[in-house]
Amino acid sequence: MTAGRLPYRGVLMTAGVLVAVLAGVWRLDLVPAFAEGADSLGELIGFLQRFAAPDLTPAFLAKVGQGAVETLAISLIGTLLAVVGGVALALPASGRMGWPGQAAARFCLNLLRSVPELVWATLTVLAAGLGPFAGTLALALHTAGVLGRLYAEALENTPPAPEAALHEAGSGAVAAFLYGTLPAVAPQWVAYGLYRWEMNIRMAAILGFVGAGGLGAQLYYALSLFQESQAATLIIAMLVLSLLVDAMSGGLRRRLVTA
Amino acid sequence: MISLTAVSMAHAGGRLALDGIDLSVSAGERVALIGPSGAGKTTLLRLIGASLQPTTGLLRIDGVDPWGLSARDLQRLRAGIGKMHQTPPIPPRQRVVTAVLAGRLGQWPLWRAMASLVYPLDIAGARAVLEPLGLAERLFDRCDQLSGGQLQRVALARLFYQQPQLELADEPVSALDPALARAVAVALNDDAKRRGVTLIASLHAVELALSEFSRVIGLRNGRVAFDLPAGQVGQHHVEALYAGAGAGQVAEAAKAEPRARLTRCA
Amino acid sequence: MSAVVRDPAARGRATLAVLGLCVLWPLLQIAEFKPAVLFAPGNLATLGGFLATFLPPATDAGFLGLLAAATVDTLAIATVGIALAMLIAVPLALLATRSLSIGRLDARLRPLSEAVRLCARALTLVLRGVPELVWALIFVRIFGLGPAAGVAALAITYGGMLAKVYAEILESTDLTPTRALLAAGSGRLGALGYGLLPVAADELVSYTVYRWECAVRASVVMGFVGAGGLGQLMDQSMKMLNGGEACSILITFLLLVMLADALSAWLRRQVRG
Repeated sequence: MTAGRLPYRGVLMTAGVLVAVLAGVWRLDLVPAFAEGADSLGELIGFLQRFAAPDLTPAFLAKVGQGAVETLAISLIGTLLAVVGGVALALPASGRMGWPGQAAARFCLNLLRSVPELVWATLTVLAAGLGPFAGTLALALHTAGVLGRLYAEALENTPPAPEAALHEAGSGAVAAFLYGTLPAVAPQWVAYGLYRWEMNIRMAAILGFVGAGGLGAQLYYALSLFQESQAATLIIAMLVLSLLVDAMSGGLRRRLVTA
Repeated sequence: MISLTAVSMAHAGGRLALDGIDLSVSAGERVALIGPSGAGKTTLLRLIGASLQPTTGLLRIDGVDPWGLSARDLQRLRAGIGKMHQTPPIPPRQRVVTAVLAGRLGQWPLWRAMASLVYPLDIAGARAVLEPLGLAERLFDRCDQLSGGQLQRVALARLFYQQPQLELADEPVSALDPALARAVAVALNDDAKRRGVTLIASLHAVELALSEFSRVIGLRNGRVAFDLPAGQVGQHHVEALYAGAGAGQVAEAAKAEPRARLTRCA
Repeated sequence: MSAVVRDPAARGRATLAVLGLCVLWPLLQIAEFKPAVLFAPGNLATLGGFLATFLPPATDAGFLGLLAAATVDTLAIATVGIALAMLIAVPLALLATRSLSIGRLDARLRPLSEAVRLCARALTLVLRGVPELVWALIFVRIFGLGPAAGVAALAITYGGMLAKVYAEILESTDLTPTRALLAAGSGRLGALGYGLLPVAADELVSYTVYRWECAVRASVVMGFVGAGGLGQLMDQSMKMLNGGEACSILITFLLLVMLADALSAWLRRQVRG
């Protein structure tokens, strides 16, 4: 046992965790809630059974397809906007424009990143009205915070010599960055963007719950109206869509590494 | 062309890298800087290249003090100074053509620099400087597909493409094998002779300095130990310059460590 | 040799650019990308009015009591959710992992053990493939509004995630002690307890703690569909355009996330020693 560890830490921590869990169960009144759920077990099974028969009528499938394309559009445009915003914030955040710019950019990035997409969506719905554009903006805001931080780190870890050499040979700051540093960071930036796109396609499917369009809006609607078979189709569509994007993004990333 | 009057340069720690240097180089001269590592060769080259500001003393390039210029004029001055480094400062994923064209960024307007990233605007020009160096076929290859020697020749091609009036080379051949080192040194000197421009290079290989350059300056502990036409440098000069440094030092100095630290401080 | 050299990459780049535009343009239309609506006077006024009420944050005693209760709820949801998730994840991981397979030792049992493993993997995939928010929405229909739905949703999704990662950790740890025990005829649980766990325990606990930190964020988000805690409170305040309350809740949320980060980092340091 090394110094600095609590004695009997295993026992203490296990006991602490157990107490916390039991306190949580008591606090949330979970026993009666789950018991009630178990009482209506037949009802529950019926509910889940209706999920087992997804609605596959052509008319509904066409609607789902439309929702899926909308979700895809939200995720892709949102991620692209986030890449642009992330780059714009990463440049000052990596300390290239003096410390006031760095501090301001870091604050912005932290704020954007800490507020979840869904909370941003409640605000963007006010700003842009119900619909996919609000979802796009919400995704873009949160993702810009995430990407901006990663991008700034990538910038800080890039060897400074090429850009410095160009600068000392008389080239302007922008040109020196474009020819000296960008070739080194761009592949990393794109890879991070693709990775976030994979996460955002899942998020975009959900943002509809607060009125931001896509498959989520349809699912929320279906579940509100107890149309379980349609809800099942929509959930399957979400799964398929995210697997599809995983495959596309994975393929692109592999090309990026080899190219 | 270049004159230094009582120039000293102190590092952050207060240690003097250069101590009261008086020096003048006229246009068209081809000067080799030699000396043990830590003698201040790199610092001197960076001062002359207007990359570092001297702590005390006066530096004039073409009669003007670079540190009295506006930022824009300093940039214009630097655009006329070509530099080569021991390790070519080229991003690995950049294509050879782009790396060469980057030599003229100081002369191009920004729109042209950006357009050239989309489609290389002067392929013929890049090819013309690569051809004599035997790299015309690698024009569209990525730099990380080249060997170290090929990459240093790309850096040389970039320098030629820039067409500077003053060429500064910091250990340009230390990382190359002897045959290639000689070839690069000869190419540098031939170009300087042909275009009548000033060349200053620091070298570890003393025999290259003596055979290819017209003037040799020995630096030791931040001071000029001797400054002679190449023909007048004798064995005793060289021995005195490297005395106490040991034979291993020449090889030891090939490591880029001190130079990298300087780049970071700038 | 031709006098004019062309960039061989140009054609590919041009094709890519045209293709990109062809895909991007319709997607922009579908996403209803119209930045102008942001500056439409009506929208600007709504948002501006709402944001203006953010200051000062609401601090009246009644609301603060509500806020404290919701914060405790959120923490409780995350903690109980993770505990249940572990109960789901441990058996699934044991079934899914190759490390404890006896099929490896006994060829006759191999098809059976492969089948069990595949089933366990498929189940984990479904559990974590559906986002927790969708599960929450479904459980709200079953348990009604309130924290029970959030706990159940967390248990299911995080059960799937933990099972996958537990199985991966067990497979990537040093297997020599485990193999030796299994070959010496020890039972699978014995091999787990004496061979595998001592090697992998730190990593398992550390990952679980990290997931707890994620669960705190997730439980806030799930509140937006009615699964209790801070999220539900925030949803109500936002819907009523009560900026002061929304601001207080947002600040509480950010503090809570920071606190969870710090606590999780401390716990993980304790585990790693």
